[in-house]
Amino acid sequence: MQKTSLVDLAITPMKFNWKRTLITLGLFFAGTIGLFAANNTPIDSGATAWMLTSTALVLLMVPGLALFYGGLVRTKNVLGTMMHSFVAMGIISILWVTVGYSMSFGSNVLGGWFGWNPDYFLLKGIDTNIMSAGIPEYVFSMFQGKFAIITPALIAGAIAERVSFKAYFFFIAIWSILVYNPLCHWVWASDGFLFNIGAKGAIDFAGGTVVHISAGVSGLVAALFLGARRGYPYQVIRPNNMVIVMLGAGLLWVGWFGFNAGSSISSGLSTAQALVATQVAAAAGALVWIIIEWVHQGKATALGFASGILAGLVAVTPAAGVVQPYGAIILGVLASIICYMAIQLKNKLGYDDSLDAFGIHGVGGIVGALFLVFFIRPSWMQEAAIAAGGSWTVWNQLGVQAIAVGTAVVYAAFMTFIIIYLLNKVVPFKATEEEEMAGLDRSYHGERGYGMLNAN
Amino acid sequence: MKLITAIIRETQLDKVREALIEADIKRITVCRVSGHGQQRVEEMYRGQIIIPDLIPKIKIEIAVNESFVDITVNTILKSARTNGPEGSVGDGKIFITPLEQCIRIRTGEKGGSAI
Repeated sequence: MQKTSLVDLAITPMKFNWKRTLITLGLFFAGTIGLFAANNTPIDSGATAWMLTSTALVLLMVPGLALFYGGLVRTKNVLGTMMHSFVAMGIISILWVTVGYSMSFGSNVLGGWFGWNPDYFLLKGIDTNIMSAGIPEYVFSMFQGKFAIITPALIAGAIAERVSFKAYFFFIAIWSILVYNPLCHWVWASDGFLFNIGAKGAIDFAGGTVVHISAGVSGLVAALFLGARRGYPYQVIRPNNMVIVMLGAGLLWVGWFGFNAGSSISSGLSTAQALVATQVAAAAGALVWIIIEWVHQGKATALGFASGILAGLVAVTPAAGVVQPYGAIILGVLASIICYMAIQLKNKLGYDDSLDAFGIHGVGGIVGALFLVFFIRPSWMQEAAIAAGGSWTVWNQLGVQAIAVGTAVVYAAFMTFIIIYLLNKVVPFKATEEEEMAGLDRSYHGERGYGMLNAN
Repeated sequence: MKLITAIIRETQLDKVREALIEADIKRITVCRVSGHGQQRVEEMYRGQIIIPDLIPKIKIEIAVNESFVDITVNTILKSARTNGPEGSVGDGKIFITPLEQCIRIRTGEKGGSAI
């Protein structure tokens, strides 16, 4: 997120403007209702158009994720796994306008645990708000809402093929309220404590800590709590459809331009900077991943390319606003190397993070959030030095980043464990052995993904 | 030599495979089939209940020498049943047919040693 305070963006202080006042008075005396328009900043139609596009692009990532995850599981679980992403679009959209936006972008309550602003309840108070960035606040709230949707959907990758649909349904609702909203508030709200730490705050441009680290770590905790799928790891568990995996990875890459370049909350220079960083990091990550596979396993796999795309994109997410293209390339390279090793290590340790939600989103997010400090563009560091009142070094910022990452890891892990532990007493979290053998599709949805495989 | 053909539930394939491997019967052919026996499976599409007239099943084929017939059959019986030892409608069937000849393509070997 751009380092201008979001609440400042929301509140638009009216500067005394003779020309506007005269026009307003003229309109008023002419008997037209010009008052509402006069109370607001003029709309920047360029910025608004791009933010609308970005909002749609980020939403496109959710069906993209559904395809990506859906293709990686076995035939009997394809619909159940896609539903993990789709149902998040339903649950979180409603929760977001009800409490999510308020908890994330309201003013500090309960010692800054999360925010609250009664005007944001069902968004009833922002009907005519134009933020100082020149975009309607409705657009900003929906743009942010898409991030809230995709984050719990990412967790599903760690617990695929064995989580009960009912438990997942309640889990992501509670998780979104108790984990996502507070983290989002700390990192992106103008009075969030991570927003204000150090000289210019913790750098998390588009959600390295809020989205990827929190989802990855929560996924790991959930996967450990659930235990492995039946037959893992000695039984071969093969992807049912690599073609939709590639489609999904492609949609995620495209959607990520909304995710990163949209996070500038503008349509201008910083948008362009984020756009370029996103493109080259994904490309570098994908290439390095298949090169590693070539050397290590002898074959460059399609899944490897897709995984590299994701690793690069995840790593550049927190960094897109502050790194130049060379830095983005290095972040993509580092993310692929480290994520690849993390997945090798997972295979040795034997825990079942089914679709590597932690291995790619958790690890890649941490790599990006920490290593970005070495590639920050000089102008940012100069501003930070001025803000700090003298000097501000890369190592100072690394300390700030480490605090942000540590906070996200500890908070997400702890809260996820508590939520699952308590929820499990009411709604069993894991599918029964019969349900797992029959597959999520039949057990929870009463459907099959590929009817055409059998004559019928 | 006998050819043992079993029609089982899709859901039981993993269990049957695991049990067979434990009993040292590792050579197997598996295919997806559709069929109709006594079982009815209801599927739901947009709230409308649809009863398919053909139900997806798994067919497994195992060629064995005489001495392995009983253990193969017993293993499948045990592992393909659902709902505990009494089983339930739709668990499937086993057919045993005489096998006239068996030839290994690589070597041209014939008979029991080729199985």
